[in-house]
Parts: sequence; structure tokens; C-alpha cells
Amino acid sequence: MKHTLSVLVENKPGVLARVAGLFARRGFNINSLAVGVTEDPDISRMTITVDAEEHPIEQVTKQLHKLINVIKITDLDPEKTVARELALIKVKSDAGTRAEVMQLAEIFRARILDVGKKTLTIEITGTYEKIDALEQLLAPHGVTEIVRTGRIAIERGEK
Amino acid sequence: MKGSEAIIESLKAAGVEVVFGLPGGMVIPLYDALYDSDMKHFLVRHEQGAAHMADGYARATGKVGVCIATSGPGATNLVTGIANAYMDSTPMVAITGQARSDLIGTDAFQEADITGITEPIVKHSYLIKKTEDIPRVFREAFYIASTGRPGPVLIDIPSDIQLADIDYKPAGKPDLPGYKPTLKGHKKQIRAAARAIAAAERPVLYAGGGIITAGAEKELMAISRLMKIPVTTTLMGLGAFPENNDLSLGMLGMHGTGYANYAVTHCDLLIGVGARFDDRVTGKLATFARQAKKIHIDMDPAEISKNVAIDIPIVGDARDVLAGILAELKTMKREPKKTALWLEQVITWKKKHPLHYKDEKGAIMPQFVIEEINRITRSDAILCTDVGQHQMWSALFYTHVKPRHWVSSGGLGTMGFGFPAAIGAKVGRPDKTVIDVAGDGSFQMNIQELATAVCYDIPVVVCILNNGFLGMVRQWQELFWNKRYSETVISCQPDFAAVAEAYGALGMTITDKKEVGDAIRTAIKSKRPAVLDFRVKAEENVFPMVPAGKSIDEMIGGHKS
Ligand SMILES: Cc1ncc(C[n+]2csc(CCOP(=O)(O)OP(=O)(O)O)c2C)c(N)n1
Ligand SMILES: [Mg+2]
Repeated sequence: MKHTLSVLVENKPGVLARVAGLFARRGFNINSLAVGVTEDPDISRMTITVDAEEHPIEQVTKQLHKLINVIKITDLDPEKTVARELALIKVKSDAGTRAEVMQLAEIFRARILDVGKKTLTIEITGTYEKIDALEQLLAPHGVTEIVRTGRIAIERGEK
Repeated sequence: MKGSEAIIESLKAAGVEVVFGLPGGMVIPLYDALYDSDMKHFLVRHEQGAAHMADGYARATGKVGVCIATSGPGATNLVTGIANAYMDSTPMVAITGQARSDLIGTDAFQEADITGITEPIVKHSYLIKKTEDIPRVFREAFYIASTGRPGPVLIDIPSDIQLADIDYKPAGKPDLPGYKPTLKGHKKQIRAAARAIAAAERPVLYAGGGIITAGAEKELMAISRLMKIPVTTTLMGLGAFPENNDLSLGMLGMHGTGYANYAVTHCDLLIGVGARFDDRVTGKLATFARQAKKIHIDMDPAEISKNVAIDIPIVGDARDVLAGILAELKTMKREPKKTALWLEQVITWKKKHPLHYKDEKGAIMPQFVIEEINRITRSDAILCTDVGQHQMWSALFYTHVKPRHWVSSGGLGTMGFGFPAAIGAKVGRPDKTVIDVAGDGSFQMNIQELATAVCYDIPVVVCILNNGFLGMVRQWQELFWNKRYSETVISCQPDFAAVAEAYGALGMTITDKKEVGDAIRTAIKSKRPAVLDFRVKAEENVFPMVPAGKSIDEMIGGHKS
């Protein structure tokens, strides 16, 4: 099962290495990891997605808690969170196919960032499923490069 | 003042009286400050020795052990000692020098990324980048090392940071938003545990090193006595419950006593306190205490249900939680006879499967040497060990009655630990007789510390159970690998007594059983560092033994024939 962990850490040198190292040591493969500073400049938030069963994820969460610089960990409930990812996709496209690719982008509410002689660069924001879907549709044209930020997520406000 | 002086001030502020170390280029400023201070420094012959001395000192005293090494090779020489302290949760602060700040990352001379190297084996670490941070970092380091589940903390300090000026002010209380150990157990859980204990007919207390860390021996004893519950301890927990008490089952696990392993296998309630259900204790997980409801009390939430599913988890300080349970039990209606049948069963097991060994004519049995140490020191020595068969015999054939009198490498199983740890223990407890039971293999891994012991006149008594083998590995080869003794025969061996004498220690070789007691007495009386080379029976095995992957009641060699 995919888990999204939201980890608040002290904004100190070496923290990223400690967190990443812990996952590796305990046999977890991190799918994505995004780090950024929070509203408090001394505190950063890491959003980490991993594939794991319930028991191991509980164990790794407890181990993470033991890192002195880790302040809080939330295993985000997909029902109660909104998650987004941003991707930049460079796809092969010349005058003949440009319209078709642009139309695809439009359906996904993606933006064209750059138009080259033989390529288009598309910016898309959304859930990872949405990004995967666009990527698949673009594949027949030839995707030459893709850069993804990894997922960031936030709990929904109280209703 | 200079950063280096601030380090000394910070150590003093933390109550440090002794440090173990060896200087080098990147800690010259620190050693220069040490030169003028009244801090007691023990110069070792190898930095691994310094780390183990700090570790042994900490285990014997409960205080934080401190070791110092220079950058690069000095720091990497500490690594085994840090890992050892980590696995056994010893409070330790390791200080290393580092290349000048502006050279870090350039592969400078004797630069090693020691915070990176030790990352998986420290509780926390610091690379100090500003001299002004020294007081705060030291304050935090000692706080982290000694509270919660203790462990080693590393402080890496570039040489220029030691040299720069600082307007020294003692640090205030540590402010660590991510570090808040839970001390008080959950009230509801404590009540649930008490109810389960009162209801149990076949309970067993399973006590680990956490009892000793928390100083919870009295509470453990009180619960055991009140409810008539037998107590087994782990290797790390030896001394948490006096083995001369009728309710003691001794050690459990791979080389545990038959009666401890049977009791755990058949109990209906297992109360684990400050122990971590390690694989050397549980054997095959699927069958471990399978009829039992399980309570687990531990400081470290990550240990709960890590290996074995727990019914009643309680996170907190063992002493606080046990005191809480005891108070609950006292208010409850109790049936003191409830465990009577169970205790009878335990006595039957004890009678049927006692610890035993066969005497062999003309040979010194290794177990006999331990029994003699036990008799002569009246079970009152601080007993340190290396790793191997001699360690298990020390665990089994010595009567462990007091906490902080047993210093042995449990989690990492580090050969070479015993002797430097014994030196550290003796430095911390000069009033005690300190014995190191060593293997002929293990002793040679830190034999150079004889110089340290002699130089500072630290009278530890090393008793080598010399069997001419890497005995524990040989035992596995004998039992499970068709007696193919691949590289476990130590065919070239020094004359240990002569080596000891060359260093200026007392050396004796003992080949006759009748001389064993006298040799031990003479060594203790000499008040000198001493090495006793006991030529024991070579191919003796440690029994009982649970083969790897088996249930702990599937012991071999547990029956007296
Ligand atoms: C540093 C280290 N290397 C290797 C081992 C593996 N090992 C465990 S016990 C043992 C034999 C120890 O021999 P000795 O010290 O003579 O003790 P004995 O078992 O003979 O009593 C070895 C090699 C270890 N535990 N530690
Ligand atoms: Mg040996």
C-alpha cells in the first residue's frame, strides 16, 4: 500500500541524510520525497511516499520518531488530504503533431512552457494518477524527458 | 577563552570527571586545554580501547562515558566502540577532531566523514560549525545520551573551531522540540497490566537491561515477591534480579537455562520489561511464548511489537511503570496461591534440567573457573567478559546478584570489548574487584591496553579461558558443520603470562585444577593488573543450546545424563 508521510523536521544540516538513510537501512524504497521550509523558517516539512504494509510502516515511523530532529510524523489519510505533484514533460512534436499534443495538454489543464522546433515542454500539476495518465497519452509521440517534484500533501480543513 | 577550553568547561558542567582518549593533529588544541585542566584523562593505546573503556565506565557507574579521538583514523577506530554502545544502549559521548572547517569536503589529510559513517549507530551526532555552539551542543549531547533510552552521541569538532575565541557562558536547558522521552506510563495501561498479572496462573517476568538503566530492581523484586512470579533475565539484564532468589530462573534464550526456556514457553502471561525480544532470546518467533498474553514495558516505543505482537504495551520508564503496577496490585484483591502450581512446575524443571557440566579428569573445566571466581569474590565482583563461549559460561555459572556488576557486549557481540571495558569499570568503581573473563581469541583484539592498565595502575584481573580455539564458532562447526574446524584453531598463540609480564603486569599460567583458586586469590591480592592464563579443556561446549531458528524449548544438551 502507498503511504504518504508528512514529516516535520528541524531545519538543520544532516536531517535529510538521516531521514533518507533510515528508510534505506530498514529496507524501504522511497518513491518520492519533497522538502521545503514551512511557515516557521526553523522547521521544514518532508513529504515522503513509500510502498509498505501496515506493520513495517508503523515500525519505520517509530524509528523516524527516534531521530532527534524529527518533530512530528503524520501518515496522511488519503480521504482527508489533498495531494499534488508537478511535472515537466518534454515531448517530441513538430509542426505536424503540435496541435494534437497541445489539445491533449489542454484536456489535462496543463500548460505549454516552451515550444521548440521538435519538442514541446508541458507543465502539469495534479495527482500522480493524472500525471501518469497524461504521460501515457503522450508516450506514442515520444517523451524525451520528464521531471517530477514528488508528491506534496496537506490535510483538508475542517468541514 | 578558546573553543577548546569551552569544551573542557562544558564537560565539567556535565559532571565529567574522567575521559579516555588518544590525541592527534586535529585535537591538539583540545589536548592543550586538557593539559591545564584537572580533568582526568586516560591515554589508551588504541581508540577502540577508549570507546570500550568509556562504555565499561558507563555500565559500572550509570554515568555518561566519554572518549576522545582525532580526525580520520582516530575517529574510525572508535566506530566499533560506538556501535557497541548503541546496541547495548550505553550512555556515551564520543568527541572527535575534524579537519579545518574550510577544508571539509576536500579529502583533506585525515579527513573522514565520521558523522556520516556513524549515522546508523548513534543516538544523535553533531558537527560543530560555530565555536559559540560548543556549550549548547555539549549540554544537548549529554542530555540526549543519558535520558530516555540511552545511547552514544558523537560530537565532531573541526580544529579551527577549537581554536577560535568564545565568550563562554554555560548553556541553558536543552530545547529539543523533537526529543521528548515518555517517562510516565499510561494509567489505563498500567491498570490493565495489573489486572492481567492478578489474573495470571502461569506468569513469567522477563527482565532486560532496561531495568538496570532505570534502576528498577527494587520494583521488579517487589512485584515478583508480592505475586510470586518467577523472573528470567536477558544477557543484558543479568543482575537485575538476584539469582540466589528462589524465584530466579536465570537467563533465557539461545544459551538460557532449561527451566527459563520451558517457563517462557509454557507461561500464560509474559511480562517483558526493558527487554527487546531479540532473536537470541525468542528463537523461532512463531512458537515463542505462544500461549501467553504479553505485556511489554519499554522506554522506546519502537521496540513495542517490533518482533512479537504485544497485548498490553506500556511506554515509559521501567521504574515508574513498575511502581505504578505495584501500587495497583496492592489495592486489588489478590490470591497469593494462584501461582502455586506453576511454581511447583518450575521447581520440577529446575530439578530435572539444572545447569551442569561433566568434570573431566586432569582437565580444568572452564565452568569450574567461573565457579571459583564466583566463590572467591562472593558474587560481588564486577564481572566483565569478551565474546564467545567464556561469555556464556560467565553468564551461566556465576551468580549474578547485583545490577551494574555485569559488563558484557550483548547486542553487537564485540570480541575485544571485555578487557578495555573492565579497565573503564575499574576506573569508575575503584572500590570493586573487577574481573575480566576473556577468550584467548578475544583478548588479543585489545591486548595492547595492558599498557594502559599498567601505566595507570588499574588492577583488573584478566582470566583467560584458554581453549586454543575461537571456541564459540568451533562449537557451531562441531554441532552443525560436521566438525569441519575451518580457521577456528588458534594454532599460534603467545605465552600470555609472558606478554603480561613484559607489559609490567602480573602473569600466571594455570594448568592444574588445584591451582585455580589460589591463582585468582593471588591476582586479586596483588592489587596489580594481572593476566591468568587458564589452560582449560579445549573442546567443551556451552549447553544448553537452542539451535538457530528453533523454538527455545528445543534445546540440545539440556538434560543431565
Ligand atoms: C570482532 C568480532 N569478530 C568475530 C566475531 C565472531 N565470533 C564470535 S565468538 C568467536 C570466538 C571467540 O573466541 P575466544 O575469544 O577464544 O572465545 P571462546 O569462544 O573460545 O571462549 C568469534 C570469532 C565476533 N563476535 N567479534
Ligand atoms: Mg577461545
